[in-house]
Amino acid sequence: MPGAIHAEGLVKTFGDVRALDGVDLDVPEGTVLGLLGPNGAGKTTTVRVLTTLLRPDSGRAVVAGIDVLKQPQEVRRSIGLSGQFAAVDEYLTGRENLQMVARLYQMSARDAKRRATELLERFNLADAADRTAKTYSGGMRRRLDLAAALVVSPPVMFMDEPTTGLDPRNRQALWEVIEELVAGGTTLLLTTQYLEEADRLAHDIAVVDHGRVIARGTSDELKARIGGERIEVVVHERGDIRTAEEVLRGLGRGAVAVEEHTRRLTVPVVGGAKLLAEAIRELDARGVELDDVGLRRPTLDDVFISLTGHAAQDAEEAGAGPDGDGRGTGSAAKAAGRKENAK
Amino acid sequence: MSTTTGSTSTTRAPRSGGGIGQSLTDSLTIAKRNLLRMMRIPEMVIFGLIQPVMFVVLFSYVFGGSISIPGAGVDAAAYREFLMAGIFAQTVTFATAGAGAGIAEDMHKGLVDRFRSLPMARGAVLTGRTLADLVQTALTLVVLAVVAAIVGWRAHEGVLKALAGFCLLLLLGYAFTWIGALIGLSVRTPEAATSGGLIWLFPLTFISIAFVPSENMPSFLQHVAEWNPFSATVLAARELFGNLPPGYQAPDAWPMQNPVLASLLWSVLIIAVFRTLAVRKYRSAA
Repeated sequence: MPGAIHAEGLVKTFGDVRALDGVDLDVPEGTVLGLLGPNGAGKTTTVRVLTTLLRPDSGRAVVAGIDVLKQPQEVRRSIGLSGQFAAVDEYLTGRENLQMVARLYQMSARDAKRRATELLERFNLADAADRTAKTYSGGMRRRLDLAAALVVSPPVMFMDEPTTGLDPRNRQALWEVIEELVAGGTTLLLTTQYLEEADRLAHDIAVVDHGRVIARGTSDELKARIGGERIEVVVHERGDIRTAEEVLRGLGRGAVAVEEHTRRLTVPVVGGAKLLAEAIRELDARGVELDDVGLRRPTLDDVFISLTGHAAQDAEEAGAGPDGDGRGTGSAAKAAGRKENAK
Repeated sequence: MSTTTGSTSTTRAPRSGGGIGQSLTDSLTIAKRNLLRMMRIPEMVIFGLIQPVMFVVLFSYVFGGSISIPGAGVDAAAYREFLMAGIFAQTVTFATAGAGAGIAEDMHKGLVDRFRSLPMARGAVLTGRTLADLVQTALTLVVLAVVAAIVGWRAHEGVLKALAGFCLLLLLGYAFTWIGALIGLSVRTPEAATSGGLIWLFPLTFISIAFVPSENMPSFLQHVAEWNPFSATVLAARELFGNLPPGYQAPDAWPMQNPVLASLLWSVLIIAVFRTLAVRKYRSAA
């Protein structure tokens, strides 16, 4: 039996760009699928097809048991969407925004009023309820946007990069809200550029690149494929690179990556902290002076290098068409977020 | 209402009757939202007023003494009477830019995506916007009529005909907001929608009988001016306001001989065509 979200062979082209090149997905009821990939990979396009905003060129999709292409209006009654940008009217108050959305979900005026008050309480916006959204902080706007997506407690939710551009504290708060939601039985499809986010929230992860799902599995399965942790070393003298390479080769599991010009060496390891200490001792014993040394956890870039042979950044440049096109305000924040995540 | 997913804590939106009733309530919900916005950005309404008031004053006092109108010759007072319907009509068509910019902004900010993912009536986002613009246009027209009265303009044919004249003007303005809606959906930024909504209005409103009589134009422009939907409404309003000089002879073109009917037909045609195009564009907006 197909899951709460089921898609087969979704294809969508924009001019020459194949934004979706045969996407298959299946999200069992009550679970969370994290769609992971860089800008332009096709994440947003997938969400737009599944939420009836965009008709695919071919393929089929079923959401909450309803055919997306044949009965879009029925699908809309059963889904909530929270997009990349807080889609709230900044000149309306928080309460007015929610009441408007509730009315458009065809609730009666009285129910809309009651529901708006409930949601404002739940999302910790009660104090700001009667201020225009213009005066809200970024985190508050996101919460209001999410509240708007939850006006009917839909059985299936879509969140497109819900925490992009948020500071860590607000991100944490939003994660808690999402977890609560899933505990209540909602099926969720979440797109993200952050492995950490997918790791925390998603039961299953699908990695998307160039409009295709190139890998899927639980976060542990994916991490195992990426190779888990790495030791990264920057030597002070160029002349020490070979010595350091030799030391790392002895400790790591796999090839040592060497960047000559930055004097940076990286090697996948198993058993993190202990090996790091060992590496430092050994390098010290051999008289190798270090500028920097540390344990790196897998990042989105690592997933991409390991799965596709190219970095996420390249994919972004190659496919920077349909997803981010004309709505570039998010990309600076995304780039910043990715950098932060890579640390 | 519990769902087929078997979970008790989630609910689907209530099923609505659909059809006209839902279209109407959804449109009103959106219109209310846009009116609230307008109330909270009063500077937009105020700037929308300055331009026509300036035109009233400039045309009345700068050009008034030197433009000859059929039936009255060069007569500043007669020109002021003659002019006002033209300025009223130009003002209502400028609502095009506001509608376009508003819808482009909703697209840009992702609000249109939200609306399109909701189980609401298809044309309601656009209808609601155009209705809100209609309210704003009506208010602008009231202020402008007061200013016009101050500089000496009067309606001479009674209240009913005067109201009919204003209704035709508002209908034209409403029709033009649908052109604005289509422009707003077709461009990428609110700024482009504003300029894209305004540029063509200048030739449209000037190649008409609004400010100068068509008799003095080259013959090609004369035809354009006389068949211009804008001219039909201006002449209809002049007739209904009793602002035509006693010896005025309307040009021979059909819309000029039947301006009230022509104005109605043009406005209805514009609404039918541009509403269809705009709603189609909205539904496929990517």
